[in-house]
Amino acid sequence: MSPQNKAPKKNKISLFERIGKAFSNFGKRFADGSLGTKLSHFIFGAGNFYHKQYIKGLLFLILQVGILAFMIFCPTINGTPYGWKALRNLSLKNVSEGGVFDPATGSFSVGSDCKLMVLFGFVTIAVIVIYFLVWNMNIASSYKADMDKKIGKKPTTFGEDLKELLDSKFHVLMLTPTCIAAAIFTILPTIFMIALAFTTYNSQDMNDLGTNLFHWNGLQNFAAVFTGEGSLGVEIKNRFLPVLGWTFIWAIFATFTCYFGGIILALLINKKGLKGKKFFRTIFILTIAIPQFISLLAVRNLLGEYGPVNSLLQNIGATTQPIGFLGLKTGDSESLAKFMVILINMWVGIPYTMLMTSGILMNIPADLYEAGRVDGASTTKMFFKITLPYVIFITTPYLISSFIGNINSFNTIFLLTGGGPTYTGYQAGGTDLLVTWLYKVTIDQGSYNTGAVIGIFTFLITATITLITYRRSKAYNEEDTFQ
Amino acid sequence: MSMNGQKKFKSQSRSRKVSLGVTYTILVIMGIIWLIPLLWIVLSAFRCQYQPDGTFIGRVTSNFFPKAFGLKNFKDLFSATYYGVPKAFGKWILNTLLIAVIDCIISTFLVMSVAYCMSKLKFKLRKAFMNITMVIGLFPGFMSMIAIYFLLKSIGLSGNPTHPEYSVIGLILAYSAGAGLGFQIAKGFFDVIPNALVESAKLDGCTSFKIFRQIILPLSKPIIIYQALMSFTGPWMDFIFAKVIIGADNARYWTVSVGLYSMLFGTHPDTNLFTQFAAGCVIVAIPIVTLFMFLQKYYVEGVTAGAVKG
Repeated sequence: MSPQNKAPKKNKISLFERIGKAFSNFGKRFADGSLGTKLSHFIFGAGNFYHKQYIKGLLFLILQVGILAFMIFCPTINGTPYGWKALRNLSLKNVSEGGVFDPATGSFSVGSDCKLMVLFGFVTIAVIVIYFLVWNMNIASSYKADMDKKIGKKPTTFGEDLKELLDSKFHVLMLTPTCIAAAIFTILPTIFMIALAFTTYNSQDMNDLGTNLFHWNGLQNFAAVFTGEGSLGVEIKNRFLPVLGWTFIWAIFATFTCYFGGIILALLINKKGLKGKKFFRTIFILTIAIPQFISLLAVRNLLGEYGPVNSLLQNIGATTQPIGFLGLKTGDSESLAKFMVILINMWVGIPYTMLMTSGILMNIPADLYEAGRVDGASTTKMFFKITLPYVIFITTPYLISSFIGNINSFNTIFLLTGGGPTYTGYQAGGTDLLVTWLYKVTIDQGSYNTGAVIGIFTFLITATITLITYRRSKAYNEEDTFQ
Repeated sequence: MSMNGQKKFKSQSRSRKVSLGVTYTILVIMGIIWLIPLLWIVLSAFRCQYQPDGTFIGRVTSNFFPKAFGLKNFKDLFSATYYGVPKAFGKWILNTLLIAVIDCIISTFLVMSVAYCMSKLKFKLRKAFMNITMVIGLFPGFMSMIAIYFLLKSIGLSGNPTHPEYSVIGLILAYSAGAGLGFQIAKGFFDVIPNALVESAKLDGCTSFKIFRQIILPLSKPIIIYQALMSFTGPWMDFIFAKVIIGADNARYWTVSVGLYSMLFGTHPDTNLFTQFAAGCVIVAIPIVTLFMFLQKYYVEGVTAGAVKG
């Protein structure tokens, strides 16, 4: 191990220490700061005005006024308010289906919409967090101007601040668009769906309460795995373990068949003296380039009841009845369908690994083989002792991510079998993975709470695998030394 | 050279020839297996068979090779009315092209900027940002899909009764907004660019922006092309997100993949549409495959970078 790796990790302070430091920092700024800084604690931008940084001060003030107005006046979208009312609504109590009749307008006001109440409640919480972040920024900005003054420097002008965005604060400029976009379209939806797992939000229960109404029900949806209660409770209880088990078997087989298949194919194509390397590679890249819904639906129809494969088998007398390769009908063989999807997935996945390992194979140091040859090792031996360990070593991160990718492999199953063979009374068929089941339960059935529970379980599985493997991997621990 | 040595040499070259022969055979067989389904789709697209009573056969048939060829499927595809939308296919293609181009520009820009920050800039919340991204990425994408739909609907960018075309904006947002979180492959690429290059430019008084524009970007052509290729082809391949966001009853503004998928699995799937579906597939596949073939080098580079860095 190089001494670099042994160097103690700097800035390793505990979370509590950090919080304590932050609080003492606040106190210090209030005590040491100028009048402007003190005022900034209550009126945003006051400190900047004090230091004659008018534009900056105005921006802070506008933000404060805007957010406070948002919180107090509660803008309403589709009859559901934001602001403090949204926080109150998060309890999902006192909701009503029909709106109240308003004699002034002669019409009913819009009734409660619980999903929007939850969504807007979270947006409001995010706005409150933003308020305190801006509050902190405005104090820090004023305090920095104080310090600049103390050492005889002039406080920065707005123009200088903007210029900093292109240099020492460049990351702020570059990351802001992604942070805003991802917060709205990735993080907020994810938190919202996690919350739905603790509600009664599904199309069946909604009929009891009203079309847009639901309430919190704690861990009942998770308990359904054992109790079988709730609208899809029986399904969850009876199908969860089979689906989970198959998801694992699928992920293991799909990962390793494609991985080793790809390595072998890459070795074949890169064999010394073989002509037409590019030609062969192009054939296999075709399956990557063609959208999966095209190639997989082609395979599905090729193997279908009336497709060429079944008629060929019937013509040569191999079978009298069409074979349900993909379990598209109830009563078709589940194991055959499972075998077929793994087989067809090789068709999809092998070219990908082949492409990737081709580059790695060419980079194996030639002197390794030279040494092997001098020692009289056979080709097979060199493959197992040099090639394979080298490739596996380099591609371990890929193996992990492809395993997780396979747990979430939607297209292959959805397009080939649609999860079939189906079982009467259940949504989850024989080849359904957790993700395809999640899709069926949410989109087809409208059981958003059950779907969210399945999603959270999927997350727990992938997160566990990642934590165990990824944190130990070289790529993570030596991220900086690699450069 | 002794007799023995010659013999050994000969047998070695023979065994080499045999093993090459075996390799060719395996590769040719595999190549055929890989091409059969694709060949079948192309053949079906050009199939032009009629029943004895004169009706056109558009469904899946038992014969692999068509008995008659023609361009009828392509003509029908562009002139037919699907889901009440006249000449829908052409509209779907243009729609998808528009979405793909805008998504490609926004996504590539976001990915490059985030990847550069993560790789070459040092700042306080860098590690935290990376960890949060990783955790968010572990949730199945479909889970948040329905929430994104609710969100877009509440601001009128999806399922808007008076402006159905706004759904297209919603879909572009849904595709590109999260793109910045997929920075890992590009970051892996930037990591290989020596830090010394950045440091020395900094000593010369270059701002971070200047370093990015004048040093990093010119070096990143392969990864920019890879990202652009990925985000451009995404909308042509996705058939789930587009259907949920644009809406099953908003066929005028579907993307081409939703349209093609619905030909086989729509609310009123007409089993006689298979050959038209195949023709549509050929039309969609040709530009994408061409792009891939032309940019193969960059694609492979991106894939390899992704493999090593995970």
